[in-house]
Amino acid sequence: MENLVQIALENVNMWAIMPSIILVCFGMGLLLINAFLPRGATRPAMWISLIGLAATAFAVFSAWGNPQYGFSDAVALDNFATFFNVTFLIAAAMTILMSDDYLRREGYPIGEYYPLILFTTAGAMWMASGTDMMTIFLGLEVMSICLYVLAGFFRGQVRSNEAGLKYFLLGAFSTGFLLYGMALIYGVTGSTRLSEIGVYLNAHSSLLNNPMTLAGIMLLSIGFLFKIGAAPFHMWTPDVYEGAPTPITAFMSAGPKAAAFAAFLRIMEYCFFSLKPEWTAVLWGLAVLTMVIGNVIAISQTNIKRMLAYSSIAHAGYALVGMVAANEIGYSGVLFYMLAYTFMNIGAFAILVLAGKKGEDNLTLEGFAGFGYKRPLLGVAFTICLFSLMGIPPTAGFAGKFYIFAGAVKAGYIWLAIIGVLNSAVSLYYYLRIMVYMYFRDGEEDYAWMKVSASVVVSIVVALIGIFYLGIVPGAVMDMARLAIF
Amino acid sequence: MISVYHYMTVAAILFTIGTYGVLTRRNAIVIFMSIELMLNSVNLTFIAMSRHLNNMDGQIFVFFVMTVAAAEAAVGLGLMIAFYRNRESIDVEDINLLKW
Repeated sequence: MENLVQIALENVNMWAIMPSIILVCFGMGLLLINAFLPRGATRPAMWISLIGLAATAFAVFSAWGNPQYGFSDAVALDNFATFFNVTFLIAAAMTILMSDDYLRREGYPIGEYYPLILFTTAGAMWMASGTDMMTIFLGLEVMSICLYVLAGFFRGQVRSNEAGLKYFLLGAFSTGFLLYGMALIYGVTGSTRLSEIGVYLNAHSSLLNNPMTLAGIMLLSIGFLFKIGAAPFHMWTPDVYEGAPTPITAFMSAGPKAAAFAAFLRIMEYCFFSLKPEWTAVLWGLAVLTMVIGNVIAISQTNIKRMLAYSSIAHAGYALVGMVAANEIGYSGVLFYMLAYTFMNIGAFAILVLAGKKGEDNLTLEGFAGFGYKRPLLGVAFTICLFSLMGIPPTAGFAGKFYIFAGAVKAGYIWLAIIGVLNSAVSLYYYLRIMVYMYFRDGEEDYAWMKVSASVVVSIVVALIGIFYLGIVPGAVMDMARLAIF
Repeated sequence: MISVYHYMTVAAILFTIGTYGVLTRRNAIVIFMSIELMLNSVNLTFIAMSRHLNNMDGQIFVFFVMTVAAAEAAVGLGLMIAFYRNRESIDVEDINLLKW
């Protein structure tokens, strides 16, 4: 009973969860409003959700340099969480901007789509600011359950059904591992607070070789590596990314992936810093495997959406390199890279959204033959996004990779950095192939039917601004990322 | 005398059975039931450890796990119904449109 009294008396501090409170309020209000809107009218829902994201942005920015801790230290809205929250907000806003016309074109103008994106973002925020295993688990599940629905959102399309069902079954399976890991760690240390677990394990070094601790860490890591999409737990990624609605694919590969990285980083750094040499050694191998598998399999893809899915596995590998480095520049490189990846990846997907017709996403390489001449501006935008994904200066992708590999070199992982750079070179092949089709092949399509709406253009312009801003003057954001890590 | 080790052993066995079921069964609903078995083995671990350590956190965690499992079941069965309407099957062998 004593414990219960203690919990009730602790400081609650609602400011620590203010961003997600605002998001969830807007999401629930929007669900209610949707009931009164005529069927098929999704435009008001889009605007309300964008206003919700803007209001959340205020709460997020006010927490920068002004960390809030609440709920008996189960939630920490520190700089680390704030940096990731900005990434989630950008990902959600860009996704919402490119979704509206797509939903109408595909014949699913359902307003519930937007609240689901807001709830996913709120779950991602809990993951980034959770300092207790309970908060992180809850955030992970709020995020994942909404994503299962979004992946299977086109309920009349078998591919979307398949993506949703596959994501659900494998996601729930991985949650089982994650939870069992959490239960074992709780059993060893007697606490679910990340910092208490870390202090306890550090003080009782005999526990570090305990099979229960090691099994717990292993199962916990499997859960997170699954969400990140790292090899060998990546098998769901291409299937789900290919079958899900294109804007959702863009969102999943940026926001929720960054959230999983945030929680993974925090757990590894807070709880298991005493075992750092061991887990960095394991992640070293997984990072190499992830980069190689992602890049090599992407080469043989002819469907651009699936190719970008494999490239997203490869990018998770690059970010893992930053985690292996486990120093200041490596960690802040991960933060920087997730932000940069959000811009470049969602920008590339926005063009894929535009290039499709109803019912058939135009996603084959052949379908893009001559695209660069017939739609020159979009062609250039797509090219810039692809250059950034390759890591060519002066784009965001180059700066991000530079910081991550610099961190690896500084930590003494010269070979890891070399493997990473070689992988980037391999990735040139499949990104350049898209450009070859765009500019050097002639197709029958004239793309006159393409309906380019203002909201998608805004999304693409935001992506291009982000790519060039982070690429040309990376210092400002990198300094913020340095302040954001522990 | 039944000690915490017995509970942990039962939980580990349940978890293994659940994992085995997920990997070998072909019916999506049975796979989902196996996943629920895994989650319940986690709950058992939490409660046994909570009692053993005389600490309430584990039991609170179990409430969250149960709530989340219920929400997950609602969404998962919905997805299965949508799939069944289109394919007349919930056999995972039929989830085969997307592959490399």
